[in-house]
Amino acid sequence: MTTIRPDSIEALAAAVPAHARLRIRGSGTKPGLAHDTEGAVTMDLSALRGVTEYTPAECTFTALAGTPVADVIAALSSHGHALPFDPPLVAAGATLGGTVAAGVNGACRYRFGGIRDFVIGARIVDGCGRVLRGGGAVVKNAAGFLIHQALVGSCGRLGVLAELTFKVFPAPPAHVTMRAEVEDVGSALRMLAAVQAARVDAEALDVDQGRRVHVRIGGFPEALPARVDALRRVLGSSAELLDGAEEARAWSEAGEFTWAPADAALVRVPTSPSSVADLDTAVALAGHARRISVGGHLLWIACEASSLDGLDACLRDRGLVGQVLRGASGRPFLGAHVDSPVEARLKAVLDPDGRF
Amino acid sequence: MRPDDLLAALARIVPPARLLTRPSALSAYESDGVTAYRARPRAVVLAETAEEVVATVRACHAAGVPFMARGSGTSLSGGAVPIEDGIVIALSRMNRILSLDPQARIAVVEPGVVNLAVSAAAAPHGLYYAPDPSSQSICTIGGNVAFNSGGAHCFRHGMTANHVLGLKVVLADGTLATLGGPSLEQVGPDLTALFCGSEGLFGVVLEITLRLVQRPAVYRTVLAAYDQLQRAGDAVSRIIDSGLLPGAMEIMDRLAMDAAEAAVHAGYPTDAAAVLIVECEGEEAQVAAEFSRLTTILDASGPTHLHVAATDEERARIWKGRKSAFSAVGRLSPDFIVQDGVVPRTRLGEALVAIEALSRDHGLRVANVFHAGDGNLHPLILYDGRQSGAFARAEALAADILRLCIRLGGSITGEHGVGLEKRAFLGEMYGEADMAAMRRLRDAMDPRGLSNPGKKLAPLGASHPASHGMHPLERAGVISRA
Repeated sequence: MTTIRPDSIEALAAAVPAHARLRIRGSGTKPGLAHDTEGAVTMDLSALRGVTEYTPAECTFTALAGTPVADVIAALSSHGHALPFDPPLVAAGATLGGTVAAGVNGACRYRFGGIRDFVIGARIVDGCGRVLRGGGAVVKNAAGFLIHQALVGSCGRLGVLAELTFKVFPAPPAHVTMRAEVEDVGSALRMLAAVQAARVDAEALDVDQGRRVHVRIGGFPEALPARVDALRRVLGSSAELLDGAEEARAWSEAGEFTWAPADAALVRVPTSPSSVADLDTAVALAGHARRISVGGHLLWIACEASSLDGLDACLRDRGLVGQVLRGASGRPFLGAHVDSPVEARLKAVLDPDGRF
Repeated sequence: MRPDDLLAALARIVPPARLLTRPSALSAYESDGVTAYRARPRAVVLAETAEEVVATVRACHAAGVPFMARGSGTSLSGGAVPIEDGIVIALSRMNRILSLDPQARIAVVEPGVVNLAVSAAAAPHGLYYAPDPSSQSICTIGGNVAFNSGGAHCFRHGMTANHVLGLKVVLADGTLATLGGPSLEQVGPDLTALFCGSEGLFGVVLEITLRLVQRPAVYRTVLAAYDQLQRAGDAVSRIIDSGLLPGAMEIMDRLAMDAAEAAVHAGYPTDAAAVLIVECEGEEAQVAAEFSRLTTILDASGPTHLHVAATDEERARIWKGRKSAFSAVGRLSPDFIVQDGVVPRTRLGEALVAIEALSRDHGLRVANVFHAGDGNLHPLILYDGRQSGAFARAEALAADILRLCIRLGGSITGEHGVGLEKRAFLGEMYGEADMAAMRRLRDAMDPRGLSNPGKKLAPLGASHPASHGMHPLERAGVISRA
């Protein structure tokens, strides 16, 4: 298999028209999204790395697509900033471009929004090798079309994200997490609803294996005790308090999917709080590990690759769509996925020769 | 279908009372918030259902007649001016909130629903719809989607695109599409974002799924007055540097304050050069901690006056003054042009100094109101249209300000859209390849170029249309431009 490794946007743009079929690759942490096209040349973006501009006073930064997210987080943390969409697989080596192209968020996206809410600009190489700019470097901008945001979740099929500009937020100075055991997933979701009704500003609301509710809050240290008391009134006196390194590790492990067997397929399913309990129960009955995230708007499922057909049918029955991050390349979508005429037209504009 | 047959086709879609063709009925639809741009449509279809909209779009496509969707007509960039002899699809009767799920925190609405009505419906559940253009008491969600509207709280909450989870749309050739869905998360390209801010160039939105957010348990609002505009800007930088994330940070200069005082008696200090309004929101304990830090920062920023709103009424009065500032400027000048540029926040001071110099050079007063948290300037260029050449000077000054924003690395529009007003400047902000890609995208979505043509992307070789004037609703203080 041929691999090319451009080390500049110019080299990337020059390389694109030279190949009939291209497969874009970051660090390979989400191999399920790769499409198997015979004869495709792999465009490895790992040499296209580096934070090219970071202006803490603007709360914006620009980085090349192959930059490891860990490098971005390190740069931001020196000024007390964070990526509010809480990207997963950081320790595994996820790149910024791969994270955006996959459109995956972490649990703390619950509070302020997902990736597309923070991508304010991009340089994109289209299927003809043209370098296009979408958006800009200011946090508020209503000029042009939001092509850069449309490429969030495009999985490298519309164009190559070469450079990205983000808005960032101050990181909360401290975090704590309350963890409560529940009888079943129905009880867990009722508990999440009660937390919402209590006007708790939660960073994350997750349910682990249908039985353990996790509520993360962040803010100024002196405010946390009163907020924990308020939260305990909702979760019950038996709720466990996590703080410090233990707390950070719990969410880091969630973001690295340590609950999923290493050789399992990892599937991401957008849901809603009203649909997730039924799916969670069905997945549990099938013996798969799972974690509800984003307050019930996402279900992560880990299963054997041989179970993907069954999961596909399960999602299809419910009108849901799954995205396979790990498991079997060439099959990125499961369930009721339908091609969109808008996506087809966007594809015709950005990649008329079908290189990606 | 021949163009001449279109009216008969439309008459089969809606009853006669909802197909306006008489000149007297059409006149109300000739302009949007920028009243200097006018065009007489061939007819207005008062749609009540998505099916009627789809049938109208398909009829227009078959006849090759341009069309444009319209909500309340509050566009402030000429984006909702009709196409001469085209069809207006009026959506204000499609104003139903179709569903509201408090647990999922979503509302599904028709495009003609007024922005503030969504928050009113969500309020009993402790929720609200965050994007808050100053015209939110009258502007529609469909229009907000078309222009990716903003407001005072964008730094923390983002623009309209950040709050639209799903759309049902009809493309300009009659193709139906569903984009996104009811979940905060989604799989595949973010096509809802692509439709947001497309200014009607791709088609018409039929149904919108909105994200609702939790109503903060408490708000705390402070007003700081300064003897120099620059000091107010510096205070914003200090707040950002400190790691605080206020819900809103707004600055008004003396001229803007005078206007607001004359209109609504907001209680702004009479001897300050500028005021900064900062608002924290969230849980009580957290806001208390934030507000303590905030007031320490503001104390050290050299204010001449610091006033914390003690009651909801005081807070409302502060905001009323801010939100009515633009319409109030009409009390200081018979005419004005408002600009909507954005600069990097760290260059706000530089921009204000440059605008002051431009104001002197052009011999026109400029009042400044801006969303300081996100660098969104709204310079109001005051002029008297009765004076010969004044309007041309005002337009020249407005153009200079837009070019200043581009030069400083910003944008020609933060929240009003490009429309007719700023289409000549889009190509100065983006490169040739970017503009060509936008044109190809428009052509792909609307191969016959029938959906709101002439907006956002100027027809090749088109001259820049002139504009000025104030919308009647602005004069009445109902809507505002920022």
